[in-house]
Amino acid sequence: MLFYSFFKTLVGQPVVVELKNDLSIQGILVSVDQFLNIKLDDIRVTDEKRFPHMMSVKNCFIRGSVVRYVQLPAAAVDTALLQDATRRENAAEK
Amino acid sequence: MDSAAISEPLDLVRLSLDERIYAYDQHMNLVLSDVDEVITVVDVNEETFEERIRSVKRSHEMMFVRGDGVILVSPPGRT
Repeated sequence: MLFYSFFKTLVGQPVVVELKNDLSIQGILVSVDQFLNIKLDDIRVTDEKRFPHMMSVKNCFIRGSVVRYVQLPAAAVDTALLQDATRRENAAEK
Repeated sequence: MDSAAISEPLDLVRLSLDERIYAYDQHMNLVLSDVDEVITVVDVNEETFEERIRSVKRSHEMMFVRGDGVILVSPPGRT
């Protein structure tokens, strides 16, 4: 649940989601669920020449399992809080 | 349990929490900062079949890495 909660704090932020098929989508994070499926608005594909079929797509749903990376705006991440939450989550599991 | 004790492999990741790992879980999902991604590409010359290895580097300030793509986690070398 740690990463689910983390992504919920990032709703509304601009992110770049890189998929396992090398498609890289930039957009505003709209919502996320427990599987880390992601909804994006206002999307733009970083390499439009390679994926021209995505040019007319404005918003999308991404299945969590096909995500490789999510590039985050560093300013929107409370690193101290995140480390704390990670430690707590780990202590709870033991 | 002593918070500094090491009893399982993921505890080693926990010790890196003060480095540039900000979060991890049992799937090895990670949040990292100051990321350098190094992709090693092998080009094969079509005529001579000569292999040339080159590295493509990318940097990111902050990123989430999905755990199912993680193969190995190692602390950065100290110089």
